[in-house]
Amino acid sequence: MSAQPVASTAATPNDLVLDVRDITLRFGGLTSLDKVSLTHTRGEVLSVIGPNGAGKTSLFNCLTGVYFPQEGEVRFYPEAGVERSVLGRKPYAVNRLGIARTFQNIRLFNALTALENVKIGIESRQKTGPIGAMLHMPWNRREERESDAEAFRLLEFVGLTKRANEVSSSLPYGDQRRLEIARALGTRPQLLLLDEPAAGTNPAEKRQLEVLIRAIAETGISVLLIEHDMKLVMSVATNVVVLNFGQVIASGTPKEIQRDPSVVEAYLGSGDEADSAAVPRKAAKKAPAKQPPATRTED
Amino acid sequence: MCFTSQFWQLTVAGLAIGSLYALIALGYTLVYGVLQLINFAHSEVFMAGGFGGLFLVRELVGDTAPGGAAAVLITTAGILGGALAGAGTAFVLERTAYRPLRRRGAPRLAYLISAIGASLFLYNLAGKEFGRLAIPMPDIYTSGTVFHIFGARVTTNQLVIAGAALVMLIALDRLVAKTRLGQGIRAVAQDAETASLMGVDINKVITLTFIIGGLLGGAAGFLYGLVFNVQYTMGFIPGVKAFTAAVLGGIGNVRGAVLGGLVLGLVENYGVACASSAYRDIIAFMILVLVLLVRPSGILGERLGRSA
Amino acid sequence: MSNPTLERGETPGPGSRLPWHRNEDYRRMFSLLMVGLVVALMTGPSGNRDHPTDGFTGSWFHPRVLLFLGAAAAIGVLMTLYDRSKGAGRRNPLQPVIAPITAVRDRMTSQPLLRYSVYAAILVFAVLYPMTLTPFWQRVLVDQIGVYVLLALGLNIVVGLAGLLDLGYIAFFAIGAYTTAYFTGKLPVAPPFTLNPFEVVPIAILATLVAGVLLGGPTLRLRGDYLAIVTLGFGEIVRILAVNGDAFFGTNVTNGPRGAVGIPHPSIHAFGINYDWTLKSLPYYYLLLVLVVGLLIAFNRLENSRVGRAWTAIREDEVAAAASGVPTVKYKLMAFAIGASTSGFAGVLYASKVGFISPDNFLLLFSLLVVTMVIFGGMGSLPGVVLGAAVLQWMPQVLRGKVPPEDRYIYFGALLILMMIFRPQGLLPSRRRSRELKLSEEGLGGADSLGATPGTTS
Ligand SMILES: Nc1ncnc2c1ncn2[C@@H]1O[C@H](COP(=O)(O)OP(=O)(O)OP(=O)(O)O)[C@@H](O)[C@H]1O
Ligand SMILES: [Mg+2]
Repeated sequence: MSAQPVASTAATPNDLVLDVRDITLRFGGLTSLDKVSLTHTRGEVLSVIGPNGAGKTSLFNCLTGVYFPQEGEVRFYPEAGVERSVLGRKPYAVNRLGIARTFQNIRLFNALTALENVKIGIESRQKTGPIGAMLHMPWNRREERESDAEAFRLLEFVGLTKRANEVSSSLPYGDQRRLEIARALGTRPQLLLLDEPAAGTNPAEKRQLEVLIRAIAETGISVLLIEHDMKLVMSVATNVVVLNFGQVIASGTPKEIQRDPSVVEAYLGSGDEADSAAVPRKAAKKAPAKQPPATRTED
Repeated sequence: MCFTSQFWQLTVAGLAIGSLYALIALGYTLVYGVLQLINFAHSEVFMAGGFGGLFLVRELVGDTAPGGAAAVLITTAGILGGALAGAGTAFVLERTAYRPLRRRGAPRLAYLISAIGASLFLYNLAGKEFGRLAIPMPDIYTSGTVFHIFGARVTTNQLVIAGAALVMLIALDRLVAKTRLGQGIRAVAQDAETASLMGVDINKVITLTFIIGGLLGGAAGFLYGLVFNVQYTMGFIPGVKAFTAAVLGGIGNVRGAVLGGLVLGLVENYGVACASSAYRDIIAFMILVLVLLVRPSGILGERLGRSA
Repeated sequence: MSNPTLERGETPGPGSRLPWHRNEDYRRMFSLLMVGLVVALMTGPSGNRDHPTDGFTGSWFHPRVLLFLGAAAAIGVLMTLYDRSKGAGRRNPLQPVIAPITAVRDRMTSQPLLRYSVYAAILVFAVLYPMTLTPFWQRVLVDQIGVYVLLALGLNIVVGLAGLLDLGYIAFFAIGAYTTAYFTGKLPVAPPFTLNPFEVVPIAILATLVAGVLLGGPTLRLRGDYLAIVTLGFGEIVRILAVNGDAFFGTNVTNGPRGAVGIPHPSIHAFGINYDWTLKSLPYYYLLLVLVVGLLIAFNRLENSRVGRAWTAIREDEVAAAASGVPTVKYKLMAFAIGASTSGFAGVLYASKVGFISPDNFLLLFSLLVVTMVIFGGMGSLPGVVLGAAVLQWMPQVLRGKVPPEDRYIYFGALLILMMIFRPQGLLPSRRRSRELKLSEEGLGGADSLGATPGTTS
């Protein structure tokens, strides 16, 4: 895996932020991603939808260094003309590249306050080491002030200013989701991966989320969004990719997808009503589980 | 090479001590299988076995070495006594140091600390009660050379150890493979949550796992005492080595623990021939670090459920 | 949450109709009686090699056992009555003791003035009180308490902040001490140049830092509990090397079991200050006081810095921390190495104060002793750790002559288990840490960096 930046070639359009090519991920006999390819245009909101177990979260895990797909390639363009290979990097290194994520089952630092949660994201880009922290030099203090200011700014951005000093596990569900987004934004990503941010939230919170995702995209950050709530997808996504049984079965604009018969069938085939307005089955999904299966940090 | 001249002699000694490591390693591996936890107090289970066997044998042996059939009986009794003492200790250990934490869903660090505490408590209590000096096992038989193999002497002690270990290992292997309990252990090792949904009584399986590990470890403690002495600190070094053996074979893997024990016993003996016996204990540690560096999943891979 | 091995909900409250052996009250009574027997044994006479059953007969087959059983039964009855009177909503019986302490602490956090006056009062006390002590207690204060406070502060970084377990901690202490002996020319092998113990400090810190990185580097990539056993082995190796080092491939390096003698006291001859420490303990005490206060400030800053927050993040959820850009292995290694070098630093001070070191100063037991201090005081809590070290080193001195000194490890072992069962957050807990432990037990996040809770699917 080349860690060196590679100059963009003619074949690489400058407006791509992510280029996933033919990634295949197998767990023993189970193929959870099967030659998945997709491209993501910079500054857009690309949504990945699909029935339960389609492989959406697996895709995110491949993009963030949690899983290593057996085949395929993932290229990331932090800025136009700079290409980085994603596969083979550890999760923290992927984050350093500029890809941040949230989790389907919220994973906040539960004993820390909202502010501290966001600061951890922000501070992963700072320099103060243990010695600096102990000596508390002026430049270390400046970093600390910057981190505070930035964290407050992000909390305001997601609408949680009032909650800054509350312990994150005591926040309402919807607030926790937005806090997780703020934490991810703190790492200054070019690409933000959101795994079902609307799951378990109420209609008012969904509307807030819709506004928030638009606002994020307006700041120039590209968003890759997994979502079951079709209304939300239709309103924020520029493009949609549909996964089923680990394969891309359709892609296009939301309008096209809505009309695509194979998509309707995929949802029907999985036993759910293919109501194109909303696929609400996720709404009552179980509360965040303690440990999602087999997401180990180290090998 | 330095060990070639005495190769067979070292091999015999290595296999004998290795089979003891295997017995202890099984205790680590079984508990690790069901709890994903290093049972730091297992070395004290071993120590308890040593004392249990010692006291029983003391009662049975008179002033002179009995010899003959009586010796066989007394040795068997000693092994059983050690095994029972070990099992009892392991049972109490699970009840006091582990179960209260498990009820509460305590974090992993709490288990390690509680186990360290139990180990500290047990061996120092033993030191207080039984004295802190090494106690020799009374002579049950006179250990001498029984026969030669490739020119290497095989002693009575070595035969007793290897024979007893072999019987227990086979029994355990059958138990894990064939019985309902074995099935339960494997199920819990593979996926505790699913196992409990399928009606496996997890608490019972965990208790029994501790007991089985205790039986083997305690018996090993007695056998160890036959050759070396019995002392309150006797558990520490064999404990670390057996853990190394378990990691070497692939922790959580029953056959791996046996393999790891034997390999460790051999390597250690060859190594001592090359360096000095003062560094015997260092060899095992270096193997541990090496295995963790090169192949942390051990020789036979990781999970109890999949490969036993 | 979905922890199948928990028995929560299965345990019936008092009053529910169940077969008697399943009834909580009877179960508790049984446990208490067992504990009574154990305590009788712990406090009873010792056996020895020739009479190994004396301990048992003297403790159990002796009227004194009735005392313990009676006390246990009384406690059991009292607890049952207490439960009955409180009804189902059981409160912590220690609440009346804990509540005022918590209140003071809360006020201290919100009122800086109060906080600093409390600190000042403690400092004044720490400066003045030791002058009134006898030389014996002054020596205890330095050799036993002071040095172990330093050690505990260092281990707190590893256990309390990074959530790792280091059982070979004393090995770094040994490395620091032997480095001092070497560079002051007190080992059989001559150093390239001799130094004053103060000048050895940077070298010792560097040496232990490197040793920590070499040991932690390969281990910390794996599951956290491997670190515990690898360090356990390492601690023993260092000791074995020191013992057998009088014939290390033919040369005498460490002087073996006899150790090094005559290590000089430190002295300062710089910046216009000329001072020599001597056999007297009090000057060492003030040196240690300055160092401990300095470390307290430094470690407090560390905890509340970017680095400390990263450690918290790793403890709570390693996956989320990594996804937020925190290089988890690097941070764990950092904590391990900082702990190691603090231990090495303490080793230099110890060697130059006592002037004599041998492998017997670096037993595995002492590593466990430091762990006990950190746990007892409250992992992650600076005041707690200092208190823990002080109390656990002070008690044996008070009880000298009443309890055989070797027996204290029995009590320490029991203390560790009891703390884990009843008060894992310690005597003076860190607020963040106790919140974390509580949430972790509710199934929300972790409280160490060792992986999933045992009994759950891994
Ligand atoms: N670590 C793993 N081990 C084994 N199988 C896995 C693992 N992770 C995912 N899978 C399998 O891969 C498939 C895809 O899972 P994934 O979580 O990606 O689905 P999803 O599209 O996110 O579904 P949902 O809408 O329920 O979140 C599933 O069949 C799942 O069981
Ligand atoms: Mg998913």
